Amino acid sequence: MTWEIVIGLEVHAQLSTHSKIFSGASIAFGAEPNTQADAVSLALPGVLPVLNKGAVERAIKFGLATGAHIAPRSVFARKNYFYPDLPKGYQISQFDLPVVGQGQLTIQVPAQGKQPAYEKVVRLTRAHLEEDAGKSIHGGFGESGFGEAPFGGFASGSCTGIDLNRAGTPLLEIVSEPDMRSAAEAVAYAKALHTLVQWIGICDGNMQEGSFRCDANVSVHRPGTPFGTRREIKNLNSFRFLEQAINYEVQHQIAVLEDGGSIQQATVLFDPDSGETRVMRTKEDAHDYRYFPDPDLLPLEISEEWKQQVAATLPELPHAKQARYREQGLSAYDASVLTSSRAMADFYEAVLAECSPTDGITPTPSPSPGGRGEQSAKMCANWIIGEVSAQLNRDGLEIGQSPITAQQLGGLLKRIADGTVSNSGAKEVFRIMWAGGGEADAIIEAKGLKQVSDAGAIEKIVDEILAANADKVAEYRSGKDKLFGFFVGQAMKASKGQANPAQLNDILKQKLAG
Amino acid sequence: MFESSLKQLGNALAARQISSVELTQLYLDRIAKLNPQLNAYITLNPELSLAQAKAADERLAAGNATALTGIPIAQKDIFCAKGWLTTCGSKMLHNFVSPYDAHVISQFNNAGAINLGKTNMDEFAMGSSNETSHYGAVRNPWDTQRVPGGSSGGTAAAVAARLCAAATGTDTGGSIRQPAALCGISGLKPTYGVCSRYGMIAFASSLDQAGPMGRSAEDLALMMNVMAGFDERDSTSLPRETENYARDLGKPLAGLRIGLPKEFFAEGLGGDVAQAVEAAIAEYQKLGATVVEISLPNTRLSIPVYYVLAPAEASSNLSRFDGVRYGYRAPEYSDLADMYEKSRAQGFGAEVKRRIMIGTYVLSHGYYDAYYIQAQKIRRLIAQDFDEAFKQCDVIMGPTSPSTAFKLGEKGDDPVQMYLSDIYTIAVNLAGLPGMSIPCGFGANNMPVGLQIIGNYFDEARMLNVAHQYQLATDWHSRAPQGL
Repeated sequence: MTWEIVIGLEVHAQLSTHSKIFSGASIAFGAEPNTQADAVSLALPGVLPVLNKGAVERAIKFGLATGAHIAPRSVFARKNYFYPDLPKGYQISQFDLPVVGQGQLTIQVPAQGKQPAYEKVVRLTRAHLEEDAGKSIHGGFGESGFGEAPFGGFASGSCTGIDLNRAGTPLLEIVSEPDMRSAAEAVAYAKALHTLVQWIGICDGNMQEGSFRCDANVSVHRPGTPFGTRREIKNLNSFRFLEQAINYEVQHQIAVLEDGGSIQQATVLFDPDSGETRVMRTKEDAHDYRYFPDPDLLPLEISEEWKQQVAATLPELPHAKQARYREQGLSAYDASVLTSSRAMADFYEAVLAECSPTDGITPTPSPSPGGRGEQSAKMCANWIIGEVSAQLNRDGLEIGQSPITAQQLGGLLKRIADGTVSNSGAKEVFRIMWAGGGEADAIIEAKGLKQVSDAGAIEKIVDEILAANADKVAEYRSGKDKLFGFFVGQAMKASKGQANPAQLNDILKQKLAG
Repeated sequence: MFESSLKQLGNALAARQISSVELTQLYLDRIAKLNPQLNAYITLNPELSLAQAKAADERLAAGNATALTGIPIAQKDIFCAKGWLTTCGSKMLHNFVSPYDAHVISQFNNAGAINLGKTNMDEFAMGSSNETSHYGAVRNPWDTQRVPGGSSGGTAAAVAARLCAAATGTDTGGSIRQPAALCGISGLKPTYGVCSRYGMIAFASSLDQAGPMGRSAEDLALMMNVMAGFDERDSTSLPRETENYARDLGKPLAGLRIGLPKEFFAEGLGGDVAQAVEAAIAEYQKLGATVVEISLPNTRLSIPVYYVLAPAEASSNLSRFDGVRYGYRAPEYSDLADMYEKSRAQGFGAEVKRRIMIGTYVLSHGYYDAYYIQAQKIRRLIAQDFDEAFKQCDVIMGPTSPSTAFKLGEKGDDPVQMYLSDIYTIAVNLAGLPGMSIPCGFGANNMPVGLQIIGNYFDEARMLNVAHQYQLATDWHSRAPQGL
């Protein structure tokens, strides 16, 4: 009997505001310790929080982008616990009334082995606004710090530094339902969320700097039985670690259960070096956070008008774009790759607009299957996903850093479409372009890559080939169809590869038909 | 000079009959002489005060003075003032020199008033006798064996003893009105949200409100003109038009409907206090007011509700005092938990610890609904009582405190007895209403009695005139303690 894996994710997305969620201090990354800790960040006596409107707008954007309920009234609560990098002794968060309610996110789970790629809808439980804590800096001040676990290993006479620059940084905590059934689905979900928050401009997505952090709740159970006890893996800051940690955790839990043991609810940490998870705290030593509404902040009220104002600033969302791209004739896979980031989608749309200005950029026309519009859409997609992505990968660049502009690529694809250059010729043009060789037309001209599309010239070549190979012509005419390729090859060779292949085919067929 | 009203002082300063430096020095000399008997001030900083006075004199000379420019005002030590030791009456902040100004402090600074010193108070404003201060009890100027009330006891004693022209207080459950009553002065707790709480060290955020304490309603009005007003740094500050709180002073009281809550004149009220309050009501009737009996049926619940909600908020508000970033840290500890425990055990006094423990308890898992949520519901009922009452009357009157000032140590062992001394004032904070206390006579042992006036939301200007008319007709407010 198999085990079913159940995973839910809690993601902390750092909101891309200029200042902190409850004060005007900067949240820029990498400043000298405590230079961005104002009176509020330091929790001086008497200071009060004032909610950053920009943080709320970003939460609203997220709610709108996931089709979620935006609470007309939500409440900030205090989560009380003592820790040196939590200056007030409580974190301002949202508890029973979050700003964003239930929503959903459609994810593309890539093919794995024999299992084909598939689409899945993951339900979002809620998303709420909260402030980040500061940072404890262990070492460099004394012999040892107090470790990661509260109160652990803090020896008398040792020192730990507290940097409150990050304290008060706005976070959106996005909680999913336990809808994922494999590490691959969890990663696909995390990636889709990572794309979305950057797409709608609410988070820079920088995982190294901690702008996007995942906690994974993992349990296993036998299908048809209630969910198993979950353990929460904290602070996974890369997709690779997320996958490794879940896989390890799943194996661990199954091993324990199959050994006749039971899983205790716990919070665990993933150690990337050993590839294992270890218990940080169990249910017994869980805090009683004594949540209660923060009396320093009024309930957050979001009017319909405010919601609409924010909605007007939302870009077309990945899912809507994917649907539109599929209408343009692209496969689900291509549509999803082209919407992996806003920069990628923008690039694709700009290329398409350049190479087929009449049926490209406008979202309405739905090109007929096999029509010219669909052909150019596919061609653009193929070139971006193929040549462009390969070159970007090779050079370690992002789409936004491509040395070839969308206009340049469009200019080249236009020349393929109108028969000026052959596909293989175009690849050479592309290589030259990538190296900074200029515009397509100039390169084609300079390198003599222009395709022969003059029917008379092609006919002349074909006539010569047929005349020189009369025996083969006879064989072909007596039914040896396979020889067609031979004639094409000979003619191409004679034209130095510059004959328009479609035209050459047509003419050859005509002539061979006699 | 020490008997002059703020208006008279302002006129004298404007006419250059006295300079602010001279006036400030007069007060500093008087404080040096009398404060040792009263312990009304925690911190004096003559250098800072006189520097402000010098600047005020320049401003007066330049002709751009305000009503309070050059006038020495004492500040309760709960307000953060840049460069001033700000202790909140606690050992926990024995070394905390504030790097910033509370909104109220900047308002006074902008008006050109002089910060004369920081007044003593119950530790973190938790107390009704000023005996919980780490800096020693304050003594009542009318009888130094007696308490001044609390928590703004230092302010009340300083105003009563003429150790400042006027002063600030804060009121979470009666901390302006009760000491005002016990020291024979006037005090106003405005509607919640009228004065910014920014920089005012929080006790119970949903109840705390700053207000003026002085020798007359007219003085309070001038103080209010400086203290009140919207501040975007306090989310609970109310965005309202600036108002002139002196605008109604002088209006006749004919037709004023005074509501007398029957629950305020029941068991527990001292006979001497009842007598003085009733005489004051009679005086109001002479001034043309009518009296109607009203009921505030949930009054008896206000103390239990308050002692759930205020400690709950306080337990969280006081978490920041952990010895990590500022304030008191235990000299020796073995690890982080030990540092927290020792710093807080040594830095907080008994009453503060009691309330932190009550508050932690009522917010705990499994008790929250039964205590905190229940108390919030009753809080709404208490506010509704007032809504109903104000359908029948314009202001509510009654005693401020059930008794006159008691002796130091008298209620020290029994916190509940101490809590009961706020029975008439607490409901006002729970409802967020404005309330004031003005002197209305003397009770047993010749100690002052306070008349409480409760108004509807934002009715401060009317209340100040109601008090002012009484003070025009009587002289209780101008009596000064003798024998210091």
